[in-house]
Amino acid sequence: MTVQRETAQTLRRQLHGSLVILKKNVRLYYLKPPVLIFGVLFPVFFFLAFKMGRPIAAENIVPGMVAMALWFTASAVGPLVTPWERGAKTYERLISTPLSLRAILVGDVMSGLVFGTCLSVVPVLLGLALTDTSIVSVPILTAGIVLGALNFASLGVLLAAPPASSPANIMLLSNLVRIPLLFVSGIFMPIGQMPVWMQWIAPLSPLSYASALIRSAFGQSAFFQVWLSLLMLVLFTLAFFMMSCKFHNMWKAKGL
Amino acid sequence: METVIEVKDLTRKFGYLVAVDHVEFEVYQGEIFGFLGPNGAGKTTTIRMLTGMIDPTEGTATIQGHDIRNEPLLSRAHIAVVPEEANVYLDLSVWQNLMLMAELHGVARHRRIQEAERLLDALGLAERKKQKARALSKGLRQRLMLCAALVTGPEVLFLDEPTGGLDVQSARLIRQTVSDLNRSGLTVFLTTHNMSEASEMCSRVAIIDKGRIAAIDTPEKLRSTISSRQYIEVRFARAIPEYNELESLPGVSQIDADNRTFRLYTRLPGQVVTEVVRLADSRGLEIADLGNHKPSLEDVFLHLTSGRKERGLQ
Repeated sequence: MTVQRETAQTLRRQLHGSLVILKKNVRLYYLKPPVLIFGVLFPVFFFLAFKMGRPIAAENIVPGMVAMALWFTASAVGPLVTPWERGAKTYERLISTPLSLRAILVGDVMSGLVFGTCLSVVPVLLGLALTDTSIVSVPILTAGIVLGALNFASLGVLLAAPPASSPANIMLLSNLVRIPLLFVSGIFMPIGQMPVWMQWIAPLSPLSYASALIRSAFGQSAFFQVWLSLLMLVLFTLAFFMMSCKFHNMWKAKGL
Repeated sequence: METVIEVKDLTRKFGYLVAVDHVEFEVYQGEIFGFLGPNGAGKTTTIRMLTGMIDPTEGTATIQGHDIRNEPLLSRAHIAVVPEEANVYLDLSVWQNLMLMAELHGVARHRRIQEAERLLDALGLAERKKQKARALSKGLRQRLMLCAALVTGPEVLFLDEPTGGLDVQSARLIRQTVSDLNRSGLTVFLTTHNMSEASEMCSRVAIIDKGRIAAIDTPEKLRSTISSRQYIEVRFARAIPEYNELESLPGVSQIDADNRTFRLYTRLPGQVVTEVVRLADSRGLEIADLGNHKPSLEDVFLHLTSGRKERGLQ
């Protein structure tokens, strides 16, 4: 009983620490230029580049727009926080506190989750207000956005693991991963209409599953079934977070 | 005496480089333990291992009985760190910086507010609590670092070159605050290049060189180990004696000369003073200044670490 109580107390302290990290990240990083440029402006430019001059009904692109906003926003915070803190030498203060590295990373993931979830509501509302689109399943849309944000935020934290002291280097790496995946994940056109080789790659991208859930929520046909998308997002999230813990720990000393 | 930090066989390698090589020492409750060494000797790597920033390659250490490898969270719950570079969050205010560190250490709200107010007042930052850390000078940032460490209520405080490059006022205030806290029971692990600071503040010092502990003792005992480096310094007013006259005085082991000033190294300072005065009388020389200089901690440090420099030059 004592051991269980101690374990529960430790978990509570670590969770509290993660929330403190979240609060710090919100205060310090949400309005940093790289987050705003790569998280907010990027999806808007991609949308305009895709939409302008093409005869596509606006309501058909709303799910893709939501998924793309979610992808960029949720994965924008993680790649900034750790390199920024390494450069400012505040990282070594964090890791000398009685917080585990895992708890610090949970805080960073939560920062991406909250940022992505909040900002992806904007295209949902714009889509509902400006087009004829409608939501057929709020629970699926909520699950798609929250699980997707959690997954992409975990990916962002994983991408921040290499020991670079400049956020620009990590942002470059993260865009090398994020932008190609955008084109094979059913954002701009349904996966079923993409070339066959792209259809083979699509299941390897977590964005494909979030995109499928959001399409289903808006009543559009999705390449993956809802249960499979939910399961794959959970599995991808676990994998990304476990890899994040491993690589951040491995490169901890090099980043000081 | 109760042991607060116990270091056993602690080793850290970076590839082929052995930065810290099987180091062993103990730090006792309520002492200020100085950790001295030349640049690259392994001081910061040792501190980083003890504070959980990097993992040891071999060996381990305990802090308040908690193993840094097996119980890292418990061992870190007892410590606070003030690094050489004041790494405050520049975009947070002075107050937010303190609250962040206190919250990360799980300090209760009421206590952290009370302690933060008291520390800001004690370290002369009370009027700047709403100011962004970015607006503070280097000295004030270092004071803020000390506040942020102390607001967590540590039992052991790690100070890595805390007064390096600071203005006199800030350096003195930090030294005074640390000494006051030490008198009330705080254990301090201090690395510094400032030998007078170490000599003045530390109960014991360890000298590390090339990753190995070269000596550990009280500053007084370390000084006594090189009593041969004790010297009489004499300055003559006008005419000076022959070099070999001074060299042949009983008890003199070595001489350094600089214009009219001579340093006569000896283990028998009383006898050499008498002989110098006798020589001056017999030759009609006027002594302008005469003094006995015991070896400083700096002399001990240079004596123990000089071999490294010589080898480095070759």
